[in-house]
Amino acid sequence: MRAKAAFWIFLAPVLAWLLLLIVLPHIDLLVMSFRSRNPGGDPGWTLVNYQRFFIEPIYWRTFVRTAIYSTITTVITFFLAMPVAFYIAKAAAVRLRGFLLILLLLPFWVSELVRVYGWMILLRESGVVNYFLIRFGLLTQPVEMLYRDATMIMGLVYSSMLFMVVPLVSVVESLDDALIEAAYDLGAGKWTIWWRIIIPHCKPGITSGSIVVFMLSLGNYMTPNLLGGKNSLWFTEQIYNQFIASFNWNQGAAFGFLLLLLSSAIIWAGLRLSGQKLGQVAS
Amino acid sequence: MKKIVLLAALVLFCFSQAAQAETLKILTWKGYAPKELVEKFEKETKVKVEVTYSNNEEMIAKLRATRGAGFDLAQPSQDRISSVQEEFGLYQPMDFSKIESALFVASMLEAVKKNTLVKGQAYAVPFCWGTDGLIVNGEKAAGASSYNDLLSEKYKGRVSYRVKRPTLIAMGFALGYKPFDLYADPAAYQAMLDKVEKTLIAAKPMVKNYWTNGDALLESMRSGEVFVAMAWDNGGWKLHGENKAIDFVAPKEGALGWIDTFALPAKAENVAAAYKWINFMTKPENAAYFTNQEKTATASKDANAQVAADFRSNLERCFPQAAVDNIKWYPPVPAKLESMEGTVLDKIKAAQ
Repeated sequence: MRAKAAFWIFLAPVLAWLLLLIVLPHIDLLVMSFRSRNPGGDPGWTLVNYQRFFIEPIYWRTFVRTAIYSTITTVITFFLAMPVAFYIAKAAAVRLRGFLLILLLLPFWVSELVRVYGWMILLRESGVVNYFLIRFGLLTQPVEMLYRDATMIMGLVYSSMLFMVVPLVSVVESLDDALIEAAYDLGAGKWTIWWRIIIPHCKPGITSGSIVVFMLSLGNYMTPNLLGGKNSLWFTEQIYNQFIASFNWNQGAAFGFLLLLLSSAIIWAGLRLSGQKLGQVAS
Repeated sequence: MKKIVLLAALVLFCFSQAAQAETLKILTWKGYAPKELVEKFEKETKVKVEVTYSNNEEMIAKLRATRGAGFDLAQPSQDRISSVQEEFGLYQPMDFSKIESALFVASMLEAVKKNTLVKGQAYAVPFCWGTDGLIVNGEKAAGASSYNDLLSEKYKGRVSYRVKRPTLIAMGFALGYKPFDLYADPAAYQAMLDKVEKTLIAAKPMVKNYWTNGDALLESMRSGEVFVAMAWDNGGWKLHGENKAIDFVAPKEGALGWIDTFALPAKAENVAAAYKWINFMTKPENAAYFTNQEKTATASKDANAQVAADFRSNLERCFPQAAVDNIKWYPPVPAKLESMEGTVLDKIKAAQ
């Protein structure tokens, strides 16, 4: 009986936090998204805000663009993170492991904004990279490296690397070396080992890393805006614009929920395609 | 005994904290509350000043989220007050008996009063004014003097402006419309916006970047990455101080004139201190300090005499009488136009 009381006492702050700061505001936004913007008059219930997303091509196209670029980011991040994770978990000396993980963590000690500005100083037309390229005679004219889609994806990959490496390290660590050795003994080549032993074993880590990276990229605001420049309309920016520039909170709330629904749908589809269940991934 | 003394000390400590803790929370633009003036004000009045930097749109959003609470003083532009006041009731009426009217340029005080009138009550007094026009690098883009130069093939990849409403208005003027006369006619305004949208999308290859941060734009002009930009006059004059080749140019279609104000949020907690700040900032010596620092003229009547010569020469150089007469002052914006403009701005940004 007493244990039960203690359980509820300790749980209460968490529940209060969830209810007051997450559930209630979301309900408020949900209600708002079904109301029309009608200053002064009676704000009736309506689906107009959701309809506009599908009717006005710019909105759903921006979403599609955001989703595709986030997917590309996730794939690139995986291909970069997998060897790193494998090296840390299997190849590096045990003493080095902690040090290597800390090296990965180090950039996160400064805020994302500062890191993005750092990239801008490096890549801008009058920036550090251009200076050295010209100095060494590789270029005659400085090139603007900012404000391109490739730069934007690079920034997104950079800022989400860690979230892919960490889950991968933990699954690779749990892989029994004997399996790889046995495969060698039985005459398997390198690619077969990767494809039939390592990757299947790492599936839960890959999936959870991919979900995190995908969601972080989809919900990122600063990196696309600052590095992507003039063609970089990201869906989050559109939500921001509805709230801030157009004063249309109802529309913004509807976009917010569409982002939540559509991204959940994409992840659900991804899990189905790779034959996994969310429960396995989370455990 | 010891405990009682300790308790008494603690209580005293708390009270003294409370006495000192009278604060004035200002929601304003970057540079509008210079550190030296804040310190001077704190010394004079014993009120602690907390400053939050923002812009017109975010000011409205912040105040709307709290229905006008959280700040004691805001500084929106005069054209962005009456419509949001009508729709959301963010501000409280100005009590002109608490304003030292003699400190202000009378015509500007009247104009702002008139433009922020809602149901017979005025909601703001002027603080400072300036214009939106072109900043031009004379060595690289000599002779750029029209908003149309922002679209010119000559400056391909060397142009920068914001994706915000002033750009749409400026382009409206450049295309021969009279945007402010169309405010009352949404259909005609939409037709103009459609044309502006097409023009700006077609001119996208000319653009280096759409700037969002004033300091970042000045950096691009300074490093010679951008030749022609649409921006505020004070930025142009700051650059002119460093490099004589770069200067502000009042475009021949007319610079766009804005007045930033003082307005009291509806649930301001320390209105008395807010009035003190308004009168403090409008005193000639303080207003002149601000002008010299930020290269922005104020609504303070007698500040001119104390303004540094280089600022006055800026005005004389860039604004001969004809250019002053040609300034297009923003009238109050009807609420409906902003969401029309929002869609157009999104389309311009998204276009490839």
